[in-house]
Formats: sequence, C-alpha cells, structure tokens
Amino acid sequence: MSAPAANCPSCGAPVTFRWSSAVQTTCEFCHSILVRTDVDLQRVGEVSDLPPDASPIQIGTEGIYQNKAFVVIGRIIYHYEQGYWNEWHLVFNDSSNGWLSDAQLEYDLSTQTKAPPQLPPSGQIKRGDPLQVNGKTYFVTSLTRARYKGVQGELPFQYFDKTILLFADLRNSSGDFATIDYSEDTPLLYEGRAVEFDDLHFKNLRLFEGWS
Amino acid sequence: MTTPTVTPQFVKPKALNCPNCGAPVELRGFAHTLNVVCPNCHSILDASTPEFTILQTFQRKERIEPQIPLGTRGKFNGQPYQVIGFQVREVDSEGSSYSWDEYLLFNPYYGFRYLTEYEGHWNFVRVLSALPVELNTMGKPAVEFQGRRYRHFDSLSARTNYILGEFPWQVRVGDVVQDRDFVSPPYMLSAEATPGEITWSLGEYTSGKQIWAAFQLPGSPPAYYGVFPNQPSPYEGKPAAFWSAWLWLNVALLAIALFFTMSSADREVFQNTYLFTQGAKTEAAFVTPDFELTGRPSNVEISIRTDLNNNWAYFNFALINEDTGQDFDFGREVSYYRDSDGAEGKPNDSVIVPRVPSGRYYLRVEPEMEPRILQSMSYSLTIRRDVPSNAFFWIAGVLLLIPPVFITFRASAFESARWRESDYAPAVKSGSGGGGDDD
Repeated sequence: MSAPAANCPSCGAPVTFRWSSAVQTTCEFCHSILVRTDVDLQRVGEVSDLPPDASPIQIGTEGIYQNKAFVVIGRIIYHYEQGYWNEWHLVFNDSSNGWLSDAQLEYDLSTQTKAPPQLPPSGQIKRGDPLQVNGKTYFVTSLTRARYKGVQGELPFQYFDKTILLFADLRNSSGDFATIDYSEDTPLLYEGRAVEFDDLHFKNLRLFEGWS
Repeated sequence: MTTPTVTPQFVKPKALNCPNCGAPVELRGFAHTLNVVCPNCHSILDASTPEFTILQTFQRKERIEPQIPLGTRGKFNGQPYQVIGFQVREVDSEGSSYSWDEYLLFNPYYGFRYLTEYEGHWNFVRVLSALPVELNTMGKPAVEFQGRRYRHFDSLSARTNYILGEFPWQVRVGDVVQDRDFVSPPYMLSAEATPGEITWSLGEYTSGKQIWAAFQLPGSPPAYYGVFPNQPSPYEGKPAAFWSAWLWLNVALLAIALFFTMSSADREVFQNTYLFTQGAKTEAAFVTPDFELTGRPSNVEISIRTDLNNNWAYFNFALINEDTGQDFDFGREVSYYRDSDGAEGKPNDSVIVPRVPSGRYYLRVEPEMEPRILQSMSYSLTIRRDVPSNAFFWIAGVLLLIPPVFITFRASAFESARWRESDYAPAVKSGSGGGGDDD
C-alpha cells in the first residue's frame, strides 16, 4: 500500500492516499473533492455536510474478511425512501478493493466482478425474478432508487452526480449477495455475501456513548 | 473490541423536546432512529428532521405498559441489546381478534433484533439476509432454510395498534403488513410483505424464564397459555423412543416365554379312558388312582376328549391332595353340535389349575349328561403336570403397550393443539370427548 503525499489545491493541507489506484479523495480539512491526475490533484467540488450517521464503521476502520486484512478508505452515502445507507470502500492487503454495505447495521461485502452481457436491462428487472449470474442462482429481492448524499475519502472512480440511481439487490438461500448498479449504460455487477458483524473482526470502530 | 486511534470520540445520543407537548424525548438508537413516539403525548415524530416534525398524533385513553420497559438492556448470544421500541400488533381472524407485543432491540454494532410475546410465549427474532427457498409439495406450502424444512402455519394481515419508543423505519398506528408464518419448532420463519418488499425473519422460541434472565427482570415471567406455533413439543422424539423400548421389551418377553416353555416339565401323570352312561344305576362319581405331582408349585392341566356328537356333557372335578385334603374344585361343560350349517363347540376341552403344590393327588370326576335320556359317551382324561402357559406373557405384552400408546396419544394431542390455531385446523370436528354424533 503506497501513501503518495500531496497538498490540497484548495487549502494546502496534506493529502495522503492509502490506495495507489484511488481516483478521487476528499480533503479532511476543507472537504474539497479532489481528483487525481497524472501530475497533481484537481478540486472538482465540495462535499456538502454529511447526514447524521450512526454506522460503527469509519474511515480507518480495519478488519479481516476470509483471512484477508482490509482497511476502510472511503465511503458513499446513499439516500433512499427508507433513509440512508453506507457503501464503505475497502482496500485489502493485496491491493484489491471491495465494498462493505451497511444498511441499518445489516452488512454485505462485495467486489466488482465482470458483468455478463445477458444481465436484464433496468426496465426489465422485477422483484422476485430468479436470475442466473456467473454460475449462481439469485432472486431479485429489492429494487432501490437512491441518490448520492455524500462522499468521503478515497474512491475508485470520479464522483458524479446522477439524480437517481437504480440498484437491484440479488440474494439466495446460501447467503450470496449481488448488486446490479444501473448508474452507467452497461450495468455494473458486484458480487459477495451477506456478512455478520463478527465475521469481519473489526478494529478502530466508532464508540457510542453508553456502549463501551 | 475497539482500539481508538487518537482521542476516543463518542457518538452521542440525541435528545429533543416534543413539538406537540414539550416533553423531553430521548433517542437511544442514535441516527438510526427515523420515527420516535413522544413518551408523554404519544405523538409520532420524525426524528430525521431537526425540528421533529409531528407525523401522527393519536389519543388513546389507556396506556399500555410493556412488560420489559423501554431502555432495559438484556444479553442475547453474548451481546447486550437495549429495548428501544415497542408495538402491539393485532390480527383479525374469523370475527375474533388477538394481539401480540413486539419489542425492538438495538445494539450499535450488531444492529436490530426483535422479541415477540403472545400469552407468555416469547420469540427472539432476527431479520434474515439469506433467502429461504419456497417449496410447494403436493399443494402444501413449505420453505427450506439452512437444511431445515418449515411447514406453512398461517397467513394473516397484522395491524399496528399501539407504538412506543423509536424505530429505524417509518411507523404509524394502523400500518398493515401481510405475514406468512412457517414453523419447524423451535424455529419460525416469517415473511412480512409490504407493497415494496418482502422481509424474511427467523424466530427462535424462548421461554419467559430465559427472557427474564436475559434482562434480569424482577419476579418471574407470567405463565404461558396454550401451544404456540413453534413451541417445542415436550414429547418431541418420545413416541419413537417409547416404541423402540416397547419393541425391545417384547423381544425380551418373547425370550422369557420361550425359556419357560422350554424349561417346563410338561409331564403326563395320568391317562385313562372311561365310558359314561346317563341313567345307569351306578354312581356317576368316581375317583382316579393316585398320581404324584412333583417339583415347584406349578400348574396341572386336565384334558377331556369325548366322542360327543350333537350332545353335551358336564364334568365336575375336584383335584384332591391325598395327604392334606386340600382340594381344587372346578367344572367344565363340553358340547358339540353339528348340522348342515356348520359346527358349534368342540368335543374336547381342557382346564389348567394354577399353582398346585407337589404331593400325591387324585381326581374326583362326576360326569353329567341330559337326564331322562338313556345315552352314553366315551371319554378320556389326561392329566399333565407343569404345562407351558403363555397367558401371562400375553397380558404382559398388552400392559407393555400402555406407555407407548399413551405417549403417542399425548404427543399427537400436543400437535393437534398446535395446528388448531393454524390455517390447517381440521374444519369440522366433534368434541374430543367422543360425543358420538353419527349422521
């Protein structure tokens, strides 16, 4: 894991990267959104105030999943009908990355996989549909329309503001989990599993008053 | 569990005042809480807005006090959970309605769990992220989850009647969800459907005692009534165990019976043939010569073989101990009738005198036949000592049936009580007392 240092073009504060493949990060001090180019950092915007959040996870939280250590380096907050959920961006000790979704403390861990061409387009997917994806059978459990509510830390792509994003969550009886992200022209696929809090062996979590 | 990096910063619970009545409202679920009920005026407030917008006000004269007060912490699977929400849900079924209590439990790391309580029956419930597989075998809906098969119990629509505390979702009095329950004691799978989503949850039957211990509540839990859908049967596995024990006891019994048959002396001590003439001048009664009965007190079998045909005879017997005078009196009627329709009775008979001590004996015999008719019969008497008898073993065999039959009956009565409340209750059933209404 490399930590190239630079300075925030907006406020001059030092900006470090924990992941060499990060495309974007946020300045901890002035909340500028900074995009990495070949030569320097470019300020592309500013993060609005993050909504109040009670996730026990934070940037810098460490964990171990299936014998692979990871650290949380970024996050996207989505807003949908029922509230907010977090997609925590993880980098594993082999430099691969993944996503830990935390929706009301129900956790799913997934990584981006190659989307097969026969994924149903957004208009043709329905809740309850069975779906064969990369050798696994899933059922569509929810279709969620959401919008970005904020970003924090290092992300593998550049922040972009689409008004409404559509996600299809897929699950099956053995606890496999997948998400089809319809925010781009060709759907993106993330595959993983539903995970229990104890499966992740967290360190450096947030502390809650009355709960330590 | 946590290793703070720099100075530990605590996430603090929010507290605000009710915009309706001004009472302080405490939030235990941090930013997860979407809706909260004012503890004073029972308005439902939107906790996600800084101004706590009033979402619903409802007046209800009586206050329901949860058995486990809000804010109480209890331990489940080694982790502490706090009661932060409470709702009473009601189901209307065939004109009558019943309601149960639902507690929302919270831990800031492990998330949300539920407790349900109905007439003293408790379930510890968690939402599932893996999907149970729906089966439909021969029209009977069932689901399979993690190698267990759950039978469909009922489908109902549940209405929220009363709420207290806070919830991480939108909640209103009057909310209705469609619920399908599947059971495999001690577990229950429930599929709760709202227009947008189906949520599966897994409940585990928990005794009131365990709940009281988990929350360290004072006193003892109220007794439960009836049988709950996923309550484990106290007879679980017992009928099978009892029947298998019954089988082995029968094998043992058979072995003992066989042993007694093989070890019985079964010795002929007397045999003779006589001719009897009804109405003859001679005295009908006579005594046999002495014979010796030896060994432990055991039975004596007297067999009669006659040449009766469409006739009857009666024998008065007395088995008399020559030394002590002790006698065993008994009688036997032999009759045999035969015509074109078939035969009735038998020309032969035998009688067993049990537990006759050893000694010298003779038999007093007094035959009788239909008086007023001059007739005769020829008959033979055979006396055997210590013949094998299986009567005891038959009785023992029947007695041995009582425990497994009883336990099977009780187990099936428990299951009947369980399923009586389901969608699969027997439609029409005359009372269990067997009133005998044959139509």
